[in-house]
Amino acid sequence: MTTAPPAGPGDIAKTVPGPGVPRPSRPPSRSKLTGRALSRALPVSPAVILLLLFLAGPIGYCAYIAFTDLQLTGQAESSFVGFDNFRKAFGDEAFLNAVWLTLVFTVVSSLIGQNTIGLALASLMQRASKPVRTLTGAIVITAWVLPEVVAAFLLYAFFRREGTLNTVLDFLHLPSQNWMYTLPILAVSFANVWRGTAFSMLVYSAALNEIPKEITEAAEVDGAGGWRRMWHITLPMIRRSIGTNLMLNTLQTLSVFGLIWVMTRGGPGNRSQTLPLFMYEQAFQKSMIGYGTAVALLLLVVGSLFSLVYMRLLRTEV
Amino acid sequence: MSANTVKSPGRQPSPSARGDSGSSNRSLRSRRTSRRLAADAGLLVVAAAFVLPLAWVILSSLDTKADLKVKVPDGITLDNYDAVLTPEITFTPLLNSLLLCGGGTLLTVVCAALAAYPLSRFKSRLNRPFMLTILFATSLPITAIMVPVYALFVQVDLIDTMQGTIFFFAASQLPFAIWLMKNFMDGVPKELEEAAWTDGASSFQSLLRIVLPLMGPGVAVVTVFSFVMMWGNFFVPFMLLLTPEQMPASVSINDFFGNKGTVVYGQLAAFSIIYSTPVILLYVLISRKLGGGFALGGAVKG
Repeated sequence: MTTAPPAGPGDIAKTVPGPGVPRPSRPPSRSKLTGRALSRALPVSPAVILLLLFLAGPIGYCAYIAFTDLQLTGQAESSFVGFDNFRKAFGDEAFLNAVWLTLVFTVVSSLIGQNTIGLALASLMQRASKPVRTLTGAIVITAWVLPEVVAAFLLYAFFRREGTLNTVLDFLHLPSQNWMYTLPILAVSFANVWRGTAFSMLVYSAALNEIPKEITEAAEVDGAGGWRRMWHITLPMIRRSIGTNLMLNTLQTLSVFGLIWVMTRGGPGNRSQTLPLFMYEQAFQKSMIGYGTAVALLLLVVGSLFSLVYMRLLRTEV
Repeated sequence: MSANTVKSPGRQPSPSARGDSGSSNRSLRSRRTSRRLAADAGLLVVAAAFVLPLAWVILSSLDTKADLKVKVPDGITLDNYDAVLTPEITFTPLLNSLLLCGGGTLLTVVCAALAAYPLSRFKSRLNRPFMLTILFATSLPITAIMVPVYALFVQVDLIDTMQGTIFFFAASQLPFAIWLMKNFMDGVPKELEEAAWTDGASSFQSLLRIVLPLMGPGVAVVTVFSFVMMWGNFFVPFMLLLTPEQMPASVSINDFFGNKGTVVYGQLAAFSIIYSTPVILLYVLISRKLGGGFALGGAVKG
C-alpha cells in the first residue's frame, strides 16, 4: 500500500490561501511584527528541521555524489568526475535495459493495468447488485492493504512453475509455462496490477458517484449505448480524476522496489531489473555509489517532472 | 445494446416523447436488470482472479504440507502458527516493527499537527509557497534517494540505528501528513477558538484542547495512514538497518527464503497473515469510523 491517496482535485482551491492576503494598514513596529511572525512560525520548525535534515539534505547530497566516483569500500577520497557517471550510463547496455524495462513495467502495470481495470471495476460497480459490489470491493482492497512484501510472496507463489496460475491453466487445458522465467517483467507487472488496482478503483468510484444521475439517464433515454455514454459523457466528465490517478499511479510504479526484489531479484539475468533495482545493484553489489546515485538522480528528476505536472493539474482549480 | 425502444440518438427528447408508452419503460427496466446481471458477472470474474493469491495464503497457513498452489488442506491444523510464534521468528521482528512504526508515526503526527496549525490559522505570504513545496514533496519517489541516504547515514553514524530509521520514516511521511492535517484543520471553524483566545488561552492550548479534539477523525486518518505506510515499507529498513536483531517484520520475512534449505510455505503463509493482520484491522477500524464505503481517497476529499 504504497500509493498516496489522492488529494481531492478540488482541495487546493479551497485550502491554499491566495497570494493577495490583506496586510494591516499600519504595522505597529518592525521588530514587534518580526517577533510575532517568529512566534507564530515556531510550531512549524520541528517539521521543517526534520524535512531539511532527512529529505532535502539527502536530495542535495544525491545531486552532489552523482558527480563523484564515490565507492562503497576501500576508497578514502572520492573525486569530482563531472558528467562521467551520466555519460557512462547512456553507454551502458544494462542501464538502457533497465530504462526499457521500467517503461514496460510502468505502461503495462500502471497506465494499462491499474488504470483500465480500476475504471472498469468502478463503472461495473455503479450497476452491480450490492452484495457483489461489497464482496469485490473487499477482495480488491485487501490486495491493496497487504504489506508490499506479503503481496510479493503471494504473487510469487501464484506465478511459479508449480504455482496456482499454471494449475488453473492446466485445468482449462491451456498451455502452462514457467512465467517467472519466460516473461518475468510481465509477471511483476501483473503483480503490481493486483496490488495497485484498488487505488484507481477508489478514485474512479468517487469520481463516478459525482456525475449527476440526470445526465447519464438523459443520454440513456436518448439512446446512447453503453460505450457511447462512456466515451462522450463519462470520460470527459471525470477527466481530471483520470489525470490525477495516472500521475499518482505512475509515480508509485516508478519507485516500486520491494515487490520486484522479492519476486525475482531483478532476474533471471537482468530481465526484470527496473531502474530502482539497477540503482541498488550498482550502488551496493558493485559498490559504485557514485554511479548508482547518478541513476537515482535521473529517477528523481523524472519523478519531479511528473510531480510538477501533477501539481499543475491540481492548480488549474485555483 | 440497440436503441430500438427510444428515439433517434443525439436528440433531446421532448416531454411527450419521454413517457410515450408503457412498453418502452418496461423494456428499459428489463434492460437495466440484464445489465445488472452482466455487471455482477463481470465483477465476479475479476474478484475470482484477485482472490486466488489470497486463498492460497489462508489455506496454506492451515496446512503443514502446503506448496505453491491453492489446494484445500487434508486437515485443518494450527501447527504452522505454533511453529512461527516464537520470539526469534515472530515476536522480536513484530516488536521492532512496532517500535519503528510507532515512533515514526508519533513523530510524524506531532510534527504535522504543530506545523499545520499556523498554516491553517494565520495568514502569511509564505503559506502558499510552503504548501506547494509540501505538495511537490508528497509525490517524490523516496526510493530514489535511498542510496544517498545510506551514504549520508554512514557519515553521520546513524546507519543501523533505530532512531535514524525512525527519523527518516517520519521525514518521508511528513509532507503528506502535513498536507492532510492542514486540510482537516481548515474544516474546524475559527470562531470556536476565538472564544478561547479571549479567555486568555494560548495558541498551543487552543490547538491541544479545541482544534485537535474537534478534528478527531482527521487525526485518526493521518495516524493510521502513516502507520500503515511504515508497517508495510520494506526498502527503508532494508537499507538503513543492518543487524538482524533490529530488523522489522517486513525485512525479516525474507529469512524464510534464507539459507535454511527448503522453504516451509505453510509457515511463511502463517507469518504473512500474522504480519498483515494489524494493518487490515486498522483499515477496517478507520473505515468503520468514517462511515461505510470509506476509502482514504474519499477521506482526503472530504
